[in-house]
Amino acid sequence: RDFNERCAQCSEVNWGLTDGGRFYCRSCHNVTERTREVVNTDFITNSRVQTISKGLRKQEKNDGGCEWYVCEGFQLVLKKQAEALEALGVCPQMKDEILCNFWRCYLQKSKQAYCNRPAGETVKALSVCESSTDVDSDPERPSLLHLLSLSENEGDLQTDCSFASSVSKVSESTSVYSGSVDGSLYLMKNQKEKLRMTMPMTLSFCYMALLWLREPITLSELLRFVVEGHIPYLNVFQHFPEKMKLCGLDLKIFYVESWPVYEEVLNKMHELAAFLDLPRFPDITDSCFLHPDMLCMKYLMEANLPDELHNWTCRVVKKIGIGEVDFLTLMPGNKSTRKVKYDVIAAAVIVVVLKLLFLLDDHYEWLLSDFAEERNKNNTEGSPYFEFKKWYEVLKRSLDVEQKKLDEERAKYLWRCEKPLFYSVKNKSKVLKRRQMVVNLQNQFGKLSGSVRRAEKPNPSSFQLSWSEENTDGSCFHGHSLKGILQEKCGLLTAMNPDYWLCTVKLCNEKLCGHLAHYREVDFPQSYHFVLRLFSFLLRIQPSYIHDEVCMIEHKLFNKKLCKKLKYNTVLRK
Amino acid sequence: SSHEHKLNFKKSKELCLSYIQDAMLQKQWKRAAEFLTCYVESLEKDYSREHVGPSEMIWRIGTEILCHHSHSSMKEFSCFMEQMKTLGVKRYLKVCLEHVFHLLCNGQIDEAYQNLSLAESWRFGEQTALQDKEMKLIQAYRGLLDYYSWSKQKNILLEHSEDGFTDLAVEQEMHGYFRKAAVNLKEIIKIPGVWDLFVKCYVDLLEFYGDHNEARQVLNEYAYNSKFPANPNAHVYLYQFLKRQGESKKSLISALKILHDIVPSHELMIDFNTMLQKSKKRKKRRLGLEVIFAALDYAGWKENAKAWSCLARQVKQIVISEKHLDWIKQEWNSRKDWWPAFHFSRYLAKRNWQENKSLSYEKALVAGILLGKDCKYFKHVSHQGCKAQLKRFRMLRKFVKRHNPVYLRISG
Repeated sequence: RDFNERCAQCSEVNWGLTDGGRFYCRSCHNVTERTREVVNTDFITNSRVQTISKGLRKQEKNDGGCEWYVCEGFQLVLKKQAEALEALGVCPQMKDEILCNFWRCYLQKSKQAYCNRPAGETVKALSVCESSTDVDSDPERPSLLHLLSLSENEGDLQTDCSFASSVSKVSESTSVYSGSVDGSLYLMKNQKEKLRMTMPMTLSFCYMALLWLREPITLSELLRFVVEGHIPYLNVFQHFPEKMKLCGLDLKIFYVESWPVYEEVLNKMHELAAFLDLPRFPDITDSCFLHPDMLCMKYLMEANLPDELHNWTCRVVKKIGIGEVDFLTLMPGNKSTRKVKYDVIAAAVIVVVLKLLFLLDDHYEWLLSDFAEERNKNNTEGSPYFEFKKWYEVLKRSLDVEQKKLDEERAKYLWRCEKPLFYSVKNKSKVLKRRQMVVNLQNQFGKLSGSVRRAEKPNPSSFQLSWSEENTDGSCFHGHSLKGILQEKCGLLTAMNPDYWLCTVKLCNEKLCGHLAHYREVDFPQSYHFVLRLFSFLLRIQPSYIHDEVCMIEHKLFNKKLCKKLKYNTVLRK
Repeated sequence: SSHEHKLNFKKSKELCLSYIQDAMLQKQWKRAAEFLTCYVESLEKDYSREHVGPSEMIWRIGTEILCHHSHSSMKEFSCFMEQMKTLGVKRYLKVCLEHVFHLLCNGQIDEAYQNLSLAESWRFGEQTALQDKEMKLIQAYRGLLDYYSWSKQKNILLEHSEDGFTDLAVEQEMHGYFRKAAVNLKEIIKIPGVWDLFVKCYVDLLEFYGDHNEARQVLNEYAYNSKFPANPNAHVYLYQFLKRQGESKKSLISALKILHDIVPSHELMIDFNTMLQKSKKRKKRRLGLEVIFAALDYAGWKENAKAWSCLARQVKQIVISEKHLDWIKQEWNSRKDWWPAFHFSRYLAKRNWQENKSLSYEKALVAGILLGKDCKYFKHVSHQGCKAQLKRFRMLRKFVKRHNPVYLRISG
């Protein structure tokens, strides 16, 4: 016929028609949604809408909506996210090939498409939606309330409960429970068996694709772009086409009310990679952006530290072997290795280097700085010697300003959008009225705010702090020399600082308590805390995460010495 | 802590609220408005379970901002209040009332009246019964405004009658307002509470139309019904009414008795003391002394020449009659440790003499009797007075010297 697209699964062009008027691939029996009459191009770019079930699919309903499945919704989300990433400079390969294939693989593995769905499940879905009276009488089927409480999202439990109780009085139509066909079924699924798709997981997908392609975006940057609104995540459903009506339980699935969490997205990504049986990811070599040497360079620049420190970070990286290809490259399913947090580890390396050179015990670094200041007086040619004190003052000022801005932005963050959400057709008018009132109030008080709120988001940038050598006020330290704090020994420059303090003598068992160490600000020097705070701000993660990596690096670095010490202790006890 | 990088809806709105609070405390209204703009979307997630939900927050905060912001107008304010009324049925009447208060404070009496009438006609199932208290208040304030209209009409009428005109139309209107006002005012003052303004207005109406019995009953209820909170003004109103009615001294005194107990420093204590002093009954005269001493315990009375003259008169009268010196002794007992420094210091002697000679005269008399002729106050004032060759001070000096033994008996 006229249908010449390649089959999603086997890339053949060998189509037949089912009884239902649908095209199916004769080679692999993949059934598509394409019918002869209507070619539905709304949902994905290359027009592949997966078959979800063998059930009949009505195109039009009374309210102008159509039937849609939850995974189609997620597919749309992923598409939007990929487009946004492409706009940020990611190669188009990500959207067209990598992400697509990952997604299809996921659908297949989780038996949502590209497979024969057991007929029993379809029947179950319909019957749950059909009669509400049966729900209470059948002990095996979970009640709607239970369904709602299963959700991972933070509770609207009060509104949920009132919704549930009001809904149970209403009878037939599926649109009351969820706009999607399988919304309720989706939430009911046993989570342990198949990796159930969630909004945070869309970011895991994106990150996985980015990692596969070794794109120069770290996870912390990705999440920052999400929060800043450059990547669709919050209120992404407003991009769904008109026909895909969202209501009821769909909200639990697609509506987001919290910022994505680094650890959660990372962990899910690893789970996903294993679930999809992916092979070893492409190698992360020392020419990759994600390699610690590269990232350290970037962070040193952003932290306004001397370029010369890079030599030191490279040395540390080499010494503890975290620059090795095998360490950095992701091997899905390998549970024995620790998950690599490229950005955090790079930041931690810098922290360790600062500790090596400056000790950071609230005492030595200031002495050293005074010493460098003295030496600077006689330093007339070449670049000035780096003075910790000056750097600290400049950075602290900037950090405080930026942190304050960030805090205010957190308080001013807007979560809602123009497209209203409602649980059921019943409370639609109420929701719309409320929305109108909110808009009115925003206008009224917006006028009284004085300054005009900027209408557009600022352009996304990879660097949050920037320092220019051209500034004559001496606030840029990139070109400064470390000679002021180094000494010559046997022809080599070594640190004047002979000491080092470990963040922790013994590492915790991460699998048991979730962390390698437990960071409390009061237990550590203020300079150390400041440095953690700086990178915590840049990466938008808790200082304790960086602290964990610092501990890990230190233990690798001083491994021999620690082992000796432990052996010595055990000998003594005997 | 502010270094957290996680965020969810609830947390960010909590943060937003704290910024609003800070801005308001520092009177930075623009900034408060800025953050409120971001807060209002909480309305879309209004949990009625919370003690103070978003809609109430927005109402209260918005009201504050609109009251103080330089660019806001009453029109905007009214528009905002109308929106708030639709937000919470359970609060409807309360919001109406507050709106009315603001209108009244802004001099927009007519708008206030309209809003009150509108609110009065509001019905909403069981909510109407639940918000009964607010409804009563609304009716009471409408009654008050009716009284105000009645009062205006009355003044017009009086003017016209002075000019020799009679105006039936105005009179009819006036009576109409009276009826409306009386009904509502009567209702509200039945409920235990503090209704000073309402009581005054109602009594005014009753007196005008000659219903003195009702007025008396109302005032008695207001002052003596134990269910009502102790209210000095209630007794004042009753006293003033009885005085207008020309009641006997006996009933006037009994009206002021409780006032003395509640507020010994009340300005009516002078009247009270004056009446008691003149009484034939010994107990009453005794009480009079107690009353005037008690009043002068308060700093606000220190420079009140009238009060001191009351005390001086009574003390003088007791000293001359040589009867009931023990009364003075009893009163002085609890005061002899601190009154000298409080009232009769050398500094005060100088100041009183300079600023108010009559005051110093009265005080000197009292000091002379209570502390003897050698006390600082008396000595200075009498010396100055005699130096200035003022006759009464010479008489004073003689008097005190003559009665010095009295001092010895009092202080012993």
